[in-house]
Amino acid sequence: MSGAIVRLLTCGSVDDGKSTLIGRLLVETDSVPHDTIGAAKKIRRSGSTIAAGEIDFSLLTDGLEAEREQGITIDVAYRSMKLLDGKRLIISDAPGHEQYTRNMVVAASRADIGLVLVDAMKGVRTQTLRHLTICSLMGVSRIIIAINKLDAMEYRQEVFDSISKDVQRAVERLEVKDIHIIPMSALAGDNVVYKSTNMPWYTSQSLLEAIQGWEKPVDKSANGMMRIQMIARAENFRGVSGTVRRGSFSKGDEITIFPSNKKATISSIVTFENQIETANTEEAVTLVLEPEVDATRGDVIAQSADDLTAADRFAAHVVWLNEEDLIHSRSYLMMSGPTTTPAMITKIRHKIDVNTGEHLSTDTLKMNEIGDVEIASDIPIVMRPYLDDREFGNFIFVDRLTLKTVGAGMIKHALRRSSNVTHQNYEVDKLQRSAQKNQKAKVIWLTGLSGSGKSTIANALEKRLFAQGMHSYVLDGDNLRMGLNMDLGFTSTDRAENVRRVSEVAKLMVDAGLIVISALVSPFEVDRQRAKSIFEDGEFIEVFVDTPVDVCRARDPKGLYKKSAAGQIPNFTGVGQDYEPPLSPTLVVDGTAPIDEIVEKILRELL
Amino acid sequence: MNKIAAILKELEAESIEIFRETAASFKKPVIMYSIGKDSTVMLHIARKAFYPAPIPFPLLHIDTTWQFKEMITFRDEIVKETKSQLIAHINQAGVRDNINPFDAGISEYTRVMNTVALREALDLYGFDAALGGSRRDEEKSRAKERIFSVRDPGHRWNPREQRPELWRTYNTRLAPEQTMRVFPINDWTEADIWHYILQENIKVSSLYLAKDRPVVKRGDQLIMVEDDRYPLLEGEKPTMQRVRFRTLGCYPLTAAVESNASTIEEVVEEVLNVKLSERATRLIDGENEDSMEKKKTEGYF
Repeated sequence: MSGAIVRLLTCGSVDDGKSTLIGRLLVETDSVPHDTIGAAKKIRRSGSTIAAGEIDFSLLTDGLEAEREQGITIDVAYRSMKLLDGKRLIISDAPGHEQYTRNMVVAASRADIGLVLVDAMKGVRTQTLRHLTICSLMGVSRIIIAINKLDAMEYRQEVFDSISKDVQRAVERLEVKDIHIIPMSALAGDNVVYKSTNMPWYTSQSLLEAIQGWEKPVDKSANGMMRIQMIARAENFRGVSGTVRRGSFSKGDEITIFPSNKKATISSIVTFENQIETANTEEAVTLVLEPEVDATRGDVIAQSADDLTAADRFAAHVVWLNEEDLIHSRSYLMMSGPTTTPAMITKIRHKIDVNTGEHLSTDTLKMNEIGDVEIASDIPIVMRPYLDDREFGNFIFVDRLTLKTVGAGMIKHALRRSSNVTHQNYEVDKLQRSAQKNQKAKVIWLTGLSGSGKSTIANALEKRLFAQGMHSYVLDGDNLRMGLNMDLGFTSTDRAENVRRVSEVAKLMVDAGLIVISALVSPFEVDRQRAKSIFEDGEFIEVFVDTPVDVCRARDPKGLYKKSAAGQIPNFTGVGQDYEPPLSPTLVVDGTAPIDEIVEKILRELL
Repeated sequence: MNKIAAILKELEAESIEIFRETAASFKKPVIMYSIGKDSTVMLHIARKAFYPAPIPFPLLHIDTTWQFKEMITFRDEIVKETKSQLIAHINQAGVRDNINPFDAGISEYTRVMNTVALREALDLYGFDAALGGSRRDEEKSRAKERIFSVRDPGHRWNPREQRPELWRTYNTRLAPEQTMRVFPINDWTEADIWHYILQENIKVSSLYLAKDRPVVKRGDQLIMVEDDRYPLLEGEKPTMQRVRFRTLGCYPLTAAVESNASTIEEVVEEVLNVKLSERATRLIDGENEDSMEKKKTEGYF
């Protein structure tokens, strides 16, 4: 790894002089076309106090701020510049306000250095603490704190010293230990690129020196690791392609494929130009293994499996990125490297106040909130703690339906539970239990609005099955809420958990060889899909009881529509909460048809 | 290794990773091949990403019928050399309606012969991911562009609905009717592209190199008179001038620059000083503050 590209995150807002600082850095490293500089000498914002003929540095980079004023989508902007030592600096710029925490998290995710601006006239403020928290949480390697606008404080050392003390107190709780505090005036050009002559009391680095002085930490002895991105196949050729993320691999090395723990030897390292002896960190290569062991996308090639863990229960920090709140117990897609698995947050231990670092109890996460959570994934994830290893410690959450990226996570550690609980196999299995009853165990999942006729259908269906000598059981939503689910309400979160529990109970009953009929509103597609996903193919029969809401309202068997109209039920499906009809149900039945007809239709599907 | 080579190596490795991720995640990706230097570099990196296997995607060229002839010749050479499969798509309805840059107006012409043609081709062949050679340093709206950028049904770009992109953990999932645009050379700069072309000895179209060419001057722009479809003004006669092109496209819409850079080395030299020459041409129309202000509100630097 050469570390020729350095990534810098800038935290602050235009009020702190961020645009001026970046503008100054660009101009003094000769990264801005001269015509643009010429314009910045002439154009003035209203109220500008910059003298005629001087450069208004803030005009060079104020894109995001201007966009905010114009109501354009606020996003992270990336800008490349050349450092004086020849390295490339990629600046990721995100606005610093609290409502843009998620943008800053995105910008920070790959940053090596976090630049935090502090206005010397205001000292350490809430936003400073927030920026430090985000830098630390996202694992930047160096933090540079620019105490800016010292020109407005007559360049007094005691101003700098007093703010420095506050900063040092604030960074004590952070994980990052590589911290540089620099007195600056971006406006006057003190300690940005050139050393200040106005502050003889400060003899340490300028901002540029602190950026250029950063070296990518290289651990030559690090255990080599590479995720398999794809299998390369050509005539008489099979190799595994990927980018080396840690350490290095050499021809002849014995490696382990994780998690299968199979061993092989690297017989050659192939690149387009030639075969090479060693593949270093961040090189994209193709390895040929001997013997040709079974390995697939997502597996990890490692020199040793010692510091890798595969776990399906783990603790992590999660930043919520979506407008809709996190729903605890709902199944999301979790993407970790090339591996995708359904996963759910089983517990929110607390959320972190980004301003103070304080722990607050909560049962959900809203956009921009950061939680300390426990996660259960369907298949084990190969992981390392994020703060040791960003590449193997990160993951994202994707909504199963919209497929939007809704959350970002940083793994803390695996939970013991996962390895201590193992599935016990019994010799009498589901097939035998069903065969004994002369039936195929299945679940008939009735979904539809309240009053659509689910319970009536379930009742009639079970009577028919019973008469035919079948073994069945009805799981009725209302009945279960009197016992197993008595702690649950009707918010989206509680409905997700309700569906999860009922589907798990149905699964046990299917395992026992029964035909299960569930009658639950189950209004959300993701929750039903998750329920379906725990059954084998063909076991889950999703029946959409399609009854117009007017008919349901007229029937109103439980008087709920009346109560809801009176405003007594806030989360009533079809009124205060949406019902999402199934996208691909096994069967749609017309809830206004005669009951015998409906039951016939379902029985035909079932038998 | 010198710094430039080290930077190029890191950029190249990232681009290779993006190509591989695309191959592994989509059913039917395509490389949008515009014949220009950026997509030619992209093609070169794609060969590296999949070697020793061939590039697993076809190339899609949106042929507006107004490109420089040299571009088409170059395209066919490259296709042969890389053993790629080429799909050249023309919006036939546009040809039938004689949509050209002169009568239809530039924006309508571009819409019909470029944008509509691209959408048509993507739908016709059912491509679910299209790899493009645009870069973040090209313009402001691109500075915010994702590497994997989702398009809604109808190929619309909805900037408010872009997925946050963290680390190198790319969300490549598509909902029904959505497609993906992929930008493997997002982080490269124009200078990187030329350094890489030089370093890797990549063949680019000769239009990038200075040569005596027949041009007419329209406003401040030098337009090469490629064929007799170009409507000359009364008494106007093309003159031979030593020019080259910085970008390639439809000849009536792509101005040449005066240049003596006739080798790649000289082009690199020129690009490194591009601040000066670009300034020189911009100063003429840009020195006036109104136009600068206007450009700024439109997103200009």
